[in-house]
Amino acid sequence: MAKMNMIQALNSALDNMMEKDPNVVSFGEDAGYFGGVFRVTAGLQAKYGLDRSFDAPINEAAIVAMSIGMAAKGMRPVAEIQFADYIFPGIDQIVSELSRLRYRTAGQFTMPVTIRTPCGGGIRGGQTHSMSPEAFFTHIPGIQVIMPSNPYDAKGLLISAIESEDPVVFFEPKRLYNGPFDGDPGKALSSWGAHPKGEVPEDHYTLPIGKAQIVREGSELTIVTYGTLVHVAEAAVAASGVDAEIIDLRTLVPYDIETVSKSVNKTGRCIVAQEAPRTSGFGAELAAQIQEDCFYALEAPVKRITGWDTPYPHAHEWSYFPGLNRFTTAIRDILEA
Amino acid sequence: MTQSDPRFHVPAPHVRPGDTPDFSHIQIPPAGEAKRPAVDVAGPETMDLALGLVRVLDHNHQAVGEWDPKLDADVLREGLKHMVLTRVYDDRMLKLQRQGKMSFYMKSTGEEAVAVAAAMALDKGDMVFPSYRQQGILFARGRDIVEMMCHCISNSRDNLKGRQLPVHYTWAEGNFFSISGNLTTQFPQAVGYAMACQFKGESQIAASWIGEGSSAEGDFHGALVLASTYKAPVILNVVNNQWAISTFQGIAGGQAPTFAMKGQGYGLATLRIDGNDFLAVYAATQWAAERARAGHGATVIESYTYRADAHSTSDDPSGYRPKGEGEQWPLGDPVERLKNHLIGLGEWDEERHEALEKELNELVIASYKEAESHGTLHDGPLSPVSSMFEDVYAEPDWRLRRQRQDLGV
Repeated sequence: MAKMNMIQALNSALDNMMEKDPNVVSFGEDAGYFGGVFRVTAGLQAKYGLDRSFDAPINEAAIVAMSIGMAAKGMRPVAEIQFADYIFPGIDQIVSELSRLRYRTAGQFTMPVTIRTPCGGGIRGGQTHSMSPEAFFTHIPGIQVIMPSNPYDAKGLLISAIESEDPVVFFEPKRLYNGPFDGDPGKALSSWGAHPKGEVPEDHYTLPIGKAQIVREGSELTIVTYGTLVHVAEAAVAASGVDAEIIDLRTLVPYDIETVSKSVNKTGRCIVAQEAPRTSGFGAELAAQIQEDCFYALEAPVKRITGWDTPYPHAHEWSYFPGLNRFTTAIRDILEA
Repeated sequence: MTQSDPRFHVPAPHVRPGDTPDFSHIQIPPAGEAKRPAVDVAGPETMDLALGLVRVLDHNHQAVGEWDPKLDADVLREGLKHMVLTRVYDDRMLKLQRQGKMSFYMKSTGEEAVAVAAAMALDKGDMVFPSYRQQGILFARGRDIVEMMCHCISNSRDNLKGRQLPVHYTWAEGNFFSISGNLTTQFPQAVGYAMACQFKGESQIAASWIGEGSSAEGDFHGALVLASTYKAPVILNVVNNQWAISTFQGIAGGQAPTFAMKGQGYGLATLRIDGNDFLAVYAATQWAAERARAGHGATVIESYTYRADAHSTSDDPSGYRPKGEGEQWPLGDPVERLKNHLIGLGEWDEERHEALEKELNELVIASYKEAESHGTLHDGPLSPVSSMFEDVYAEPDWRLRRQRQDLGV
């Protein structure tokens, strides 16, 4: 075991996989020689050579298309899209091609492609460097969607993504790269060094895609969330003194309905939380499915904590971000309902 | 048409329905004029070939000039056979579509040489990323006709389980990638595939085809950037058949002198060729393939041709172009031209040609009978409904299992 932040854990996953499988290649904008603007691919070119880790032109559609072509030839490309906000030029290649090739060729061509991309706010990134566009990708049959919340999960899930025979869009909550974040921007930065999930094996390991993790067991209320908000939820539960169960989904497609339903059927109350805008967000899917599966156990309507239906603002970032107050208020409201 | 400000410019074709077909504005250089450079020539040195037109068959149907691939008569006859088969197949499928036997069809009439000659000049192991008008590749590669038809009528033997519109073939065994209805997406994919061939140290290359209309897509730019940056062993074909459904080539071409010239901006080798000249298409593909295999990078080939029939069975060209325009096309008909070339060589005659057409027509009719014995879209049997939920992922997750149960299959 070693102490790793999320950047190091992701880098370690790539390192393990590139060592294990010569068909794994990593590329993206600034992701070659320099090792990526967030340093996730640092050192890979020096270690594995130019043809295994290289810079790509600034054209996200071409980056995804190149991955598709390579996968058709039996490779396992890992493409980096520099910010999730920049993924949209590549959306046609993801929606119309990558996601459907297994289906439309009846399995003659499969797409073991991983698209890594940093997402989320809390870093003063303004509206073009803060988005959480995961819901768009959960609406595409054929794509798996993952968003880890800590270094240990990030490594195990990235390895599973690369080893998966189907495409994965892998969201990396960039606010968590260097440490957990409880939603209070006024506090000094905390590091992963003191966090149990900052203990990461240096060797290859996998975590199952589609399995949520119960971060905290509880009886009064279930909070279902993922990414950065897992840590905000933990802080809010501690501050509220409520006995809440917190579920870190880790995988959004396919999400772990079994763990979620079991918990909600036990607690009878549920909050779903996402950083993305409210309307048609992933929380809406969760709320609808929970309502279908757990209706007779519910003692209150499922409640959503979300970003607002606005672009992610720069100056008012902390009024947008669903922080501690929004969580504690929602917890109080749902318990009183 | 009125317009408010003469500076606002929307290009328009020279003639419209009701007008007399007129191609007098098209300059056709004589066959044999174009120089054939060494395959390791630097891309920018091929600029004259992007502006000219590589032609081998002259007006007397003789092969002339440096680009003559000097093929054996057997190869020429094989090419003719694949082209005639493509045409006979297309004609039959159109009739069947009109009889309600399939939902949709797209012919490649007039463009048979573009696909057939290219496929014959490539190795069978080379990976092709076609658009929907290169069915000629399948015939040249020996795809079973019954299988092709089973796909088009989406029956129980459709190798794509009824998931794709007719004509959107996939044949992995034949190194024929899946055809997308979203245009030009396959262009940068082909480059990625070609890069992987090089990465693996294999001599295999990739080739892709798009129409001139869809060269306006961003993926065209992406493909050429990738191909140029990584010096990928790929052939990027722009089939300029003059029409993108109802839109004439000028809407995508703008003020560019030719579509091949666009490759010059990326430093790629560029060829503009007579797409109705089997020998020119063969020679250009052979040149580009040799260049790619030797590690000298990609070639952009504009095949200058004419879409002699409708875009698809859902289209009616009489609404946007003069009747009889196809017959006036100055580069003639690819089948007729190769046929006449062979006759001129003393290697073919009208009787044999008629016999060939008859034989292939009978083959296509018999193939359809067999295909229909495996079902039709209208009457079944189709792939089982439950197969709709397969192949979304390697294994269906709980959502797909539940939804399949909901449908009761």
